[in-house]
Amino acid sequence: MSLQPADRIERYRAPVRITHWIVAISFVLVAVSGLALFHPAMFWLTNLFGGGPWTRILHPFIGCFMAAAFALLGVRFWRDNAMQQSDWMWLRKFNDVANNREQNLPEVGRYNGGQKLLFFVIIVCLTCLFLSGIAIWRQYFSEYFAVDLVRFGSLLHAFFGIVLICAIVVHIYAAIWVKGSIRAMTRGWVTPGWAWKHHRAWFREVTKGIQQR
Amino acid sequence: MPLQSLDIVRRSATTLPSPEVRGAHTGQVAKLIDTTKCIGCKACQVACMEWNDLRDAIGSCTGHYDNPPDLSENSWTLMRFTEYENPKGDLEWLIRKDGCMHCADPGCLNACPSPGAIVQYANGIVDFQEENCIGCGYCITGCPFDVPRISKQDKKAYKCTLCSDRVAVGLEPACVKSCPTGAIVFGTKEDMTQHAEERIVDLKSRGFEQAGLYDPAGVGGTHVMYVLHHADQPMLYSGLPDKPRISPTVSLWKGITKPLALFAIVATAAVGFLHYIGVGPNETDERDEDAARRELEKTP
Repeated sequence: MSLQPADRIERYRAPVRITHWIVAISFVLVAVSGLALFHPAMFWLTNLFGGGPWTRILHPFIGCFMAAAFALLGVRFWRDNAMQQSDWMWLRKFNDVANNREQNLPEVGRYNGGQKLLFFVIIVCLTCLFLSGIAIWRQYFSEYFAVDLVRFGSLLHAFFGIVLICAIVVHIYAAIWVKGSIRAMTRGWVTPGWAWKHHRAWFREVTKGIQQR
Repeated sequence: MPLQSLDIVRRSATTLPSPEVRGAHTGQVAKLIDTTKCIGCKACQVACMEWNDLRDAIGSCTGHYDNPPDLSENSWTLMRFTEYENPKGDLEWLIRKDGCMHCADPGCLNACPSPGAIVQYANGIVDFQEENCIGCGYCITGCPFDVPRISKQDKKAYKCTLCSDRVAVGLEPACVKSCPTGAIVFGTKEDMTQHAEERIVDLKSRGFEQAGLYDPAGVGGTHVMYVLHHADQPMLYSGLPDKPRISPTVSLWKGITKPLALFAIVATAAVGFLHYIGVGPNETDERDEDAARRELEKTP
């Protein structure tokens, strides 16, 4: 990890940022098309995809694409997202988190407890969405499953889709709330003050080498 | 819809009423299939093909009389043959004309996500409007009788229409017209129920103690009904469901899940919005930068 000119710390390298935004764009497409097929009140969203049949055709392919792209991120993020004792403590102090009282929180590494929790929620949701999605993918796979399994798959698919959408709403809001986060994922860097404030253990870790040099 | 219908009482994925000023004031319709009179001649299958201009692929013999072996997008009705050995040791040939039951509470219509792809007319007929069909197959997931089929060619769902086009102009369905033994009759649901009762009395007098009418209440009754010799064991007739109903899983999926899900998403976003207004963003300022700088300087 190299320090950028004077006051920048690199947080996400370009390949990670690009993958993240590929996942993000596919998520928006798959969520919008999924909602269109889930609730009649949102069926009009099928117009964005060229009508009902096109939405039905595209949705599962976009979903598989998103799952594959996320798998690349997941592999890269896996090691830094292992839950530690301090992460549970961080989550328990939710009130301090929500009220921006970071001085009361345990030191955070590269990711905080909330980010790690989100990471695993996404993994569980995507896995269940993928498996149930296969069963309800009428054009290619449904005929290989008993109808009760397809029914159960339909319910699971809706449930995990909603959980994932809610989780991503939280994710997006957190990025708006904690200023400097969006720049980290668009430009790739954060200021030392940002790192010191939000991810102090990570800050120490990445600046250690720089001091020695 | 090619012709305007003013008698649509239910329309898939639609909340507001559809044009329904024309009612079924002479009574809802029903087709009564008397399995005890059926000789398995398949005239009904041929009439269905002819009227609806359907030609299924020529298949191969699968070792029983069912031909074609299953319902398909081109075969909307099918005679299913069962060889049943009764407790007395006699062979009974149970033949059931399979096809859409036209449920009063249709699982297909409940499950369909596409507005107007499935409608129910005031006379009770459940009809697919293929021009609105998106090919998702949810109707298959929702159907308690395993009836709808998606065409491999155009990816639209098809099933028996109860000859809604014929019924609309006062004709009986094609299968009814063709039946040589009078095993299929058509009229108002009331008349058909009454006719069935007479048949059942007759059957009981001939030793079929368990004869009865199949008009399952679990789906609100059906507009295609059967007279069965063994009404206590409908499963004998090629797996006719004993107590069909819309699967609870489907009801959950298409019921409370929908409003709850929307509420959950909107509530999550609203909490975020209120948090931003109430607590405000978490910003990094000069003091944090200074603290970071001091920390960097003191590190050996």
